[in-house]
Amino acid sequence: MPTAPAGTLYRGREGMWSWVAHRITGALTFFFLFAHVLDTALVRVSPEAYDTVIATYKNPIVNLLEVALVGAVLYHALNGVRVILIDFWSKGPKYQQAMLWSIVAVWMLLMIPGVYFMLEHTVSAIFGGS
Amino acid sequence: MTSAEAPDIRAPRTQRTFGSSGRSNFELYSWLFMRISGLVLIFLVLGHLFIMNVLDGGVQRINFAFVAGRWSSPFWQVWDLLMLWLAQLHGGNGLRVIINDYAERDSSRMWLKAALYASMVLVLVTGTLVIFTFDPNIS
Ligand code: HEM
Repeated sequence: MPTAPAGTLYRGREGMWSWVAHRITGALTFFFLFAHVLDTALVRVSPEAYDTVIATYKNPIVNLLEVALVGAVLYHALNGVRVILIDFWSKGPKYQQAMLWSIVAVWMLLMIPGVYFMLEHTVSAIFGGS
Repeated sequence: MTSAEAPDIRAPRTQRTFGSSGRSNFELYSWLFMRISGLVLIFLVLGHLFIMNVLDGGVQRINFAFVAGRWSSPFWQVWDLLMLWLAQLHGGNGLRVIINDYAERDSSRMWLKAALYASMVLVLVTGTLVIFTFDPNIS
């Protein structure tokens, strides 16, 4: 593995990957938003048109995609706060790595119960809850 | 080819030349906008996702009546309108930066940005119109 050039906090290290993930989650969320606004616009066509399209989303695959979307946006938001602190807080650059592990911890803490509530319906539908 | 100019980045700590340089502060303001809109979006977007996906059970629970119920309240109309504009401008500006980073040819940059701006206008106009003209009794 090539080592990172001297004098960089970020390149080749966790910081770089935090940026890569920020970029990917931001771009994916933007594409999702395009689809989300346009399908919601079907409420101006007719209740039937809207309900027909939304019905195609009511399956376990889309439920997993919802979890992925929430996970991606949550990471992007938490890391966004970290980026803002690096830029504006005088000690931000010094603690950038500690802040990265902190947001990863917060992400896990929120996602574990979040995933449970988001998948509850699908799990009980597949495994036959009441 | 000298159309859409590549963002040229000066060495750090280059003395800023005021006036007559023909430069604008657009990139500075867009950098600032990303941070301010990001802070507001934390409440709007994470609040929206929490209510819709965690509390309300996600798309499983969605139908026309659900949307009608929500948009009967001006509070959620304003919330959604603000979220639409901020997310679209924040994400669109982010994508503009990404295009500048990776699209090296002038013509590809121009076409990608044209497509980006067209999609932003489409989403903003359609979304705004839908929120303002929503009719729960449409047949
Ligand atoms: C939820 C709260 C959000 C926060 C706190 C936030 C924060 C940020 C910040 C601070 C940046 C600038 C990063 C930099 O200059 O290095 C950024 C970039 C970006 N954001 Fe967000 N954002 C949020 C939501 C969104 C949403 C909803 C979208 C999509 C519609 C989005 C898409 C993007 C994109 C595409 C970039 C550009 C990434 C890059 O240049 O690498 N963000 N975000």
